[in-house]
Amino acid sequence: MSDGSGTPAPNGPKSAYFLNHEDEAVERRTLAVLVDNEPGVLARVVGLFSGRGYNIDSLTVAEVDSSSHQSRITIVTQGTPHILEQIEAHLMRLVPVGEVVDITKSKRGIERELALVKVAGTGEKRVEALRIAQIFRANVIDTTNESFIFEITGASDKISQFVDLMTPLGLVEVSRTGVLSIKRGKEKG
Amino acid sequence: MTVKTKQKTETRLMTGAEIVITALREQGVEVMFGYPGGAVLPIYDALFAADDIRHILVRHEQGAGHAAEGYARSTGKCGVALVTSGPGATNMVTPITDAMMDSIPMVVISGQVPTHLIGTDAFQEADTTGITRSCAKHNYLVTDVDQLARTIHEAFHIATSGRPGPVVIDIPKDVQFATGTYSGKDGVHKPTYAPRTEPQPEAIEAVAELIAMARRPVFYTGGGVINSGPKASVALRKLQAETGIPVTSTLMGLGAFPASHKDWLGMVGMHGSYEANNAMHDCDLMICVGARFDDRVTGRIDAFSPNSKKVHIDIDPSSINKIVRVDVPIVADCAAALEALIAAVKHRKGKKPDLKPWKAEIDVWRARDCFAYEPSDKIIKPQYAIERLYALTRERETFITTEVGQHQMWAAQFFHFDEPNHWMTSGGLGTMGYGLPAAVGVQCAHPEALVIDIAGEASIQMMMQELSTAVQFCLPVKVFILNNEWMGMVRQWQELLHGERYSHSYSESLPDFVKLAEAMGAHGIRCEDPAQLDDKIMEMIEHPGPVLFDCMIEKDGNCLPMIPSGSAHNEMILGQITGNEIGETGRKLV
Repeated sequence: MSDGSGTPAPNGPKSAYFLNHEDEAVERRTLAVLVDNEPGVLARVVGLFSGRGYNIDSLTVAEVDSSSHQSRITIVTQGTPHILEQIEAHLMRLVPVGEVVDITKSKRGIERELALVKVAGTGEKRVEALRIAQIFRANVIDTTNESFIFEITGASDKISQFVDLMTPLGLVEVSRTGVLSIKRGKEKG
Repeated sequence: MTVKTKQKTETRLMTGAEIVITALREQGVEVMFGYPGGAVLPIYDALFAADDIRHILVRHEQGAGHAAEGYARSTGKCGVALVTSGPGATNMVTPITDAMMDSIPMVVISGQVPTHLIGTDAFQEADTTGITRSCAKHNYLVTDVDQLARTIHEAFHIATSGRPGPVVIDIPKDVQFATGTYSGKDGVHKPTYAPRTEPQPEAIEAVAELIAMARRPVFYTGGGVINSGPKASVALRKLQAETGIPVTSTLMGLGAFPASHKDWLGMVGMHGSYEANNAMHDCDLMICVGARFDDRVTGRIDAFSPNSKKVHIDIDPSSINKIVRVDVPIVADCAAALEALIAAVKHRKGKKPDLKPWKAEIDVWRARDCFAYEPSDKIIKPQYAIERLYALTRERETFITTEVGQHQMWAAQFFHFDEPNHWMTSGGLGTMGYGLPAAVGVQCAHPEALVIDIAGEASIQMMMQELSTAVQFCLPVKVFILNNEWMGMVRQWQELLHGERYSHSYSESLPDFVKLAEAMGAHGIRCEDPAQLDDKIMEMIEHPGPVLFDCMIEKDGNCLPMIPSGSAHNEMILGQITGNEIGETGRKLV
């Protein structure tokens, strides 16, 4: 039995007080949540996370099937396996939620993120920024004599790495979409 | 219903308000509880012409919600409440949360300001769907009159199926006036909502196997057995008869198994019996049926039933492994799972396990007589008051509701239930003020029965205006106040945890309850002498109308036994509180 004991884990998400699973490590998961696109559905999902003390690292949402009014919410969250199990169960309890797919656990997930990165500078720094952007296959979507806006897609850590490299070169501002995900292969979900 | 008339009802054009009433009628609603206001006037207008739906006018919207809960708990049907926008809706938040915590089927219809005024901070506007999103099972804001009938039918389906709960339908005033098409309840289907109710056969087999192996098994049952309907209580009794396993229950589950049965252990948990808690701690197989390992039940979680295999039957997958890891989870309706278990247990060949040594051990715990108290002929002991109330009412069809606090626990300990749906209490949320309006709801459903709200003098003041509702609608509810002039449970915790510093827990300036009853058109009785208690209780029972009974009891009695917070099942306080029972960790808990 792993009923947990004593005080809450110091770094873990703090939901249900008194309950903890110190032996369980915190994991990062990407969940695809398929919902009926009806008013308030996003608020239900987000409210569930805040109300029960779960984490949201990133969240994206858009309608993906207009004929059946279906939206896909992609949530990146963290928790112990026990908390992650609870998150899935609680999501399924919401009436408009039809399906929750654990993309990370499936091992067949592809995750992508898009970012817009504004960099300002002149001279050597400006040239260097452009050169790194080419290595990362980022597109220039706006330019002035003193700035670029790069559009970059890829896995989240690739984008973070790109942003890190741009920081000394005059990084002004970053806008990221959050993670999108889908499973490899011909099957749905 | 013939096909022809069905078509006729399904295509009728009517106003939104008429759609509401027609849909309620089609759902079989006979009674609803409500309070009118600007944003629901069209619905009230339609109700004016509806003779077949009884409307009980409460005195406060919270009362409507608890009355609907009481009605639902005592009948198994869906409770219905109707309130106006703004304050009407916000006053419903407590009963909605209460119904959510205790899984009570309830549909709340609230008026809303007209659609074109939503978001303008209009008079009596509140974001009702926003406010109730986290405390209701589901909610709707209906902006299209043609969706109204379908929404109401869907709301009833969601409120009453799966793990039951409250559903809120917020209807703007212009939608109530608009003309739309009525559609019947047949064919209403929400594809994303499909609760699983049938148990997995392999899991049932595994449990039958565990039962055959167990030498110290116990049933730990809860409100889910009652919510599942009378079939589940019948199945529990049959399965118990088949296996001989002793039974304990949570506060919410009292009555599902008869308290008069020899294998009944009494209630489990913080104020449960010594034998039930020790059996839970020392068992080798725990079969949890429709309960949720609530903190009032488990006590210290790392010391919770350390040596048992655990089976958990629950219709809500999120309840499984939430607090306690279980060995065999079964996501199913209690009745379906229990019936499958009966078949599986009967089907097994071989000798049944010998539970005699286990029961002998339980008898030793039982012999401690944990509910014993020192009798008195001078003052009325609260335990004695409930004992007498039980003794004098047991031959009648009696329903008990309670408020929250010491009196609630004494009622659970000393009033005994042999049938489900006869005990209505606010378990999860612990709502003071629940009992009187709940009793109003119960009495509406059972006009001939004896309905008693066991109350405290502090709790009753939270919703006592509902006595007026009882008077108006000739609902002869009895309010039996255990008056110790303290918020007793607060006082007990201050004694236990805060060095007897009784901060703001004394009931100052109490009303004269007898005069109060008379002022409100009810009958008032006061009793201070144990020798007169029986006669006065009989006077209360025999009075044909509502009664407020002011039972003056021992002032500083503690509700025992008790598992102090942060302690294990086998660390109960049985006798006196010393003030040193709770450690640093426990002190921080609720």
